[in-house]
Amino acid sequence: MITRRSRRTLVAVSLAAVTAVTLAACSSGSGASSGNAASGKDPKAFTVLTANENPTLTAELKELASGACSAENKALPLKSQTVAQADVVQKVTLLASQNALPVHFIAGTAMVTPSGDLGKNGLVLNYEKELKKLGVWDDILPGAASTVTSVYGQMVSLPYQYNIEGIWFNKKIFDKLGLSEPTTFDELMADAGKIKDAGYTPFATDGKDAWPVTRLIGDYIFRSMGPDAMKDVQDGKAKLTDAKYVKAAAAIQQMAQDGYFGQGFVSTDAATATNAFLTGKAAMMYDGSWLLSNINDKSQDIIGSDNVGLMPFPAVAGGKGSIDQWPANAGAAMAMNPKDYGPKVGQWLKCIANNYGALALKKDGVVSGFKINKTVTNVDGPTKMVQKKVSDIKQTVLWFEALMDAKSTSLAQSNVSLLTTGQMTPKTYMSQLQASIDANK
Amino acid sequence: MKRVFGDRKTILILLGPTLVIYVLLKIVPVMWSLGLSFFDGNSLSGFTFTGFANFGRFFTDPIAIQSLWVSIIFALLATGGQIILGYLLALLYVFVLRKGSAFIRTAVFFPMVLPTVAVALLFRNLVSVGQNQGPINDIINLFGGKSVEFLASSVGTMAVALVMTYWSSMGFYAVLLYTGLLDIPDEVIESARLDGANGLRLVRHIVVPLSMPILISSIIFSFNSTLKVFDSLLALNNGGPGTSTTPLTLYMFQTAFNYSDYGYASTIALMLTILCLLFTLAIFRSSSRKAEA
Repeated sequence: MITRRSRRTLVAVSLAAVTAVTLAACSSGSGASSGNAASGKDPKAFTVLTANENPTLTAELKELASGACSAENKALPLKSQTVAQADVVQKVTLLASQNALPVHFIAGTAMVTPSGDLGKNGLVLNYEKELKKLGVWDDILPGAASTVTSVYGQMVSLPYQYNIEGIWFNKKIFDKLGLSEPTTFDELMADAGKIKDAGYTPFATDGKDAWPVTRLIGDYIFRSMGPDAMKDVQDGKAKLTDAKYVKAAAAIQQMAQDGYFGQGFVSTDAATATNAFLTGKAAMMYDGSWLLSNINDKSQDIIGSDNVGLMPFPAVAGGKGSIDQWPANAGAAMAMNPKDYGPKVGQWLKCIANNYGALALKKDGVVSGFKINKTVTNVDGPTKMVQKKVSDIKQTVLWFEALMDAKSTSLAQSNVSLLTTGQMTPKTYMSQLQASIDANK
Repeated sequence: MKRVFGDRKTILILLGPTLVIYVLLKIVPVMWSLGLSFFDGNSLSGFTFTGFANFGRFFTDPIAIQSLWVSIIFALLATGGQIILGYLLALLYVFVLRKGSAFIRTAVFFPMVLPTVAVALLFRNLVSVGQNQGPINDIINLFGGKSVEFLASSVGTMAVALVMTYWSSMGFYAVLLYTGLLDIPDEVIESARLDGANGLRLVRHIVVPLSMPILISSIIFSFNSTLKVFDSLLALNNGGPGTSTTPLTLYMFQTAFNYSDYGYASTIALMLTILCLLFTLAIFRSSSRKAEA
């Protein structure tokens, strides 16, 4: 009996040992650092992995393949793959570890930074270097390039979108109630109160996805402490538990407590919130310029595109930030695999840089970070308005979670429903988040 | 026949393929995961051996401890409710409805065949508030109450999740326990009745003890499935608000696939396995004592 048991233990131990050895063999960390010289070989196809949630990008690349980039497509045919946004990190991690990354792929924000899993292993192409070599670096708008660099720490994503975020508002309701565009946060709150009393929801809010609420916290922080406020937290120069940061969380909590986000906003999804705004039930909605695709769609936009306005998040009294610093982003990271970067892929890259901007604007009214090299006529009113605002921007800010690791981002967004419903104090919210940031450094 | 099974070669040929598949699909991944729990990192960034650090981290990680409690509390409440409701239904089938129970049995069993995610979405809409208010809040309004946003609080979300679990699985346990009750010989019940045992006393002293084996198996079955609850809490409210209804399974999934921390996720998986094992052993222990008595 005893011998049998000890033999069993021996088997278990040796199995564990074998596993450990195999694992150790698996962990071959390549020492290549960022910079990523393009010394790759062309693959058999120009495979592009995009998110299911962004069918526009796939459709536009297909349009390029049959139009402006048909020569490139003949040399290296375009092949589309998609993945659910929520599974991006998992899928790309697995593909990368099996050496099976597609040429051009979507990735998680934290993965492509110099210290991220892809950045560290030299698996992301430095676009600035390559586009300069191809002579088309001018096709990237400087604002978009600087946004990409500040989010990812290096130029490793193509700006297929260049979004600014702000408060969309219904001009008709504002006129009816005699309100003008608020320039300070206090004015905004006073207006929201009047709107609520008039029977409208002040802010249509997609609380299910949580980010529209955390963005407000971030914007308040940028207005009150300046554009570097979140970078200071990342660098350890400031803490989210500092009084001014906590005050931002408290201000947004107060908005929720006052009922400005509408009834049941915690479980309201994006479609419902957008619908409430575009049918005139809500007076305002915080969202990005990607909302243009809904606004330009006549079947969704009941209030009429002339009645839609966009204003920046207002200034905070005595704050260091300014109202003209718009929050901006360049969409999800779309990286390229340096191992597959050969001359034919280079031609594709050049063709995209040359033609994407005009095509996206013409076909879908999308404002991208590429220069528009052809005159586009018949641009919808709201799109023109956004274009004008984008071209006037001098300085942009990031968003609340932009520099946080994946776990802290998730915590910021999942805890915000507890904050807004009063189940968590602003202080606890910020201190849990700070603890998570510290733990994941 | 005896000669066939006495032959070692035959045994090997008959059992070999199954055994190989079982080892490859079950034992190897389990061992692999066990090994991973001593490492840090993921398949892309590489693994570094950290010894027992992940285990230390588990016990000092407030979210992990909270998830542990969510799993245990959910399992206890869900099992309790499922078994009690299932047993009451089974008694109803056997003693009240008798031969006419087929339709009710099927109707109550039906939600079991629906996908959990679909059920969760159904319940989301039932309790929703705001623009698309669901029927539950309409009823509350009808009686003069104010709309309640169930999914905004931990207790509300947990209550909805439990009701959902009861609704979808009590029919299954009812059928399971029903077969157990059918096994009790009619003569035993008849003679107990003659001796004057009726209603509650009959159930308590005759029916429950005689259906104990199937009851115990149902409890183990239910406990192990509810301890591993995943899809219903994920689809209902994504483990929220905050992380207050995130069970260990969901936390493990997020750690591995959203945060790419395979080592720590394996540690959480191991903890969950140990938990399932402990509960099963505990129930077996107490049941074997009861069965002997």
